[in-house]
Amino acid sequence: MRVKLSAMRVRNELVRRIEELSGQDLLACYQCGKCSAGCPAAFAMDLLPSQVIRLVQLGLVEEVLNAKTPWFCAACQTCYARCPKGVDLSRIMEAIREIALQERGDYLVIEEIPAEELAEFPQLAFISGFRKYTA
Amino acid sequence: MRIAYFPGCTLNTTAKGFDNALRASFAALGAELVELPEWNCCGATFPLLVDNMLDLAAPTRVLLAAQEQGDRLAVACTMCYNVIRRTNNRLRADADALEKLNYFIEAEYRGGVEVLDVLQILRDDVGFEAVQAAVKQPLTGLKVAAYYGCMVLRPPAEVAYDDPENPHALDDLLRALGAEPVEWPHKAECCGAYLAVKSKEATAEMSYRILSSAQRTGAQAVVTNCPLCQFNLDRQQLDMGRRHGGYQPVPVLYFSQLLGVALGLDMADFGWERHYVDVRPLLESLG
Repeated sequence: MRVKLSAMRVRNELVRRIEELSGQDLLACYQCGKCSAGCPAAFAMDLLPSQVIRLVQLGLVEEVLNAKTPWFCAACQTCYARCPKGVDLSRIMEAIREIALQERGDYLVIEEIPAEELAEFPQLAFISGFRKYTA
Repeated sequence: MRIAYFPGCTLNTTAKGFDNALRASFAALGAELVELPEWNCCGATFPLLVDNMLDLAAPTRVLLAAQEQGDRLAVACTMCYNVIRRTNNRLRADADALEKLNYFIEAEYRGGVEVLDVLQILRDDVGFEAVQAAVKQPLTGLKVAAYYGCMVLRPPAEVAYDDPENPHALDDLLRALGAEPVEWPHKAECCGAYLAVKSKEATAEMSYRILSSAQRTGAQAVVTNCPLCQFNLDRQQLDMGRRHGGYQPVPVLYFSQLLGVALGLDMADFGWERHYVDVRPLLESLG
């Protein structure tokens, strides 16, 4: 992928919003890849967790907002627990979800959940799902 | 010993068996779990945005209810434990957040409550030696895979009371009950949690990796402390055979159910009928 970088692009408005919402220093990540190696949902993602943070470092937030990856993060915190730089990637994923939810609407349409699942699933599945997937 | 107890929404409904078996077992061990007279949902996930104060209000109200009963709160649901404990950490470390939350809920939580997972209380207050001494029906010969999930381990500095990469509290409890816990690599791997409400294939695959890993060690049951892990691992097995030919289902139990069985308690209300993979043949094989 050819990327044209500029100071304005790298520090664009969305990058600053992600930093502000997540409270994380994006540039602390030196791309060791430990988050991607340990992520139990990486097989289902189109971008690896380490690629998400790299793209955001480069100011390419649109790529990340268009990706499936933030929606497959279960906030299990394995990446954060193992990050040698103490970057809480699950907070960065949450910030990306938040921006996507605000700008593009809900990821989960509650009315589309099958009736049998509504009857069977425990409350904590729905409550946590609604918190992550709806604005 | 009496300790204030927060069951949470799920233990009041779909995971009632976890709750019943836990209360009965604690009572048999001389530790009474006293349910908070009034409580509300904790919100199920800890808010990860630094300025999301609103989602801290519900768990702060739980802490307030606990403060009225004493200085310790026992939590059984691991998701609730994670949320309430992390909220408490934040309120203790951040005076500004505490003031805002108190203003919002129109009360004064002072930050003095210690939030504890029930397994931690069993280990540190009751003691696994005392548990072992109270066993009436040892689970001799039962090979079990102790499964911890995420919520009592991560983030380690905030919630863990065990080795976060290789936890053993649950293994130690099961050994005290006479069972034989297996060594396996997926004991702290995420089951997919709330991905289940949107991404069926991903959750099915995550569950399969955990369950097949347990079965490769010869485990006859997976034993967990989390109601969402129990649900995901158990229910995903309904059609696991279709995706993975030759797959044989394995029961997924709560540790409190096996604790109650080993203590020789009446297990009629332990919720066996709610399991997708029938546990009863395994129980009968124990005698």
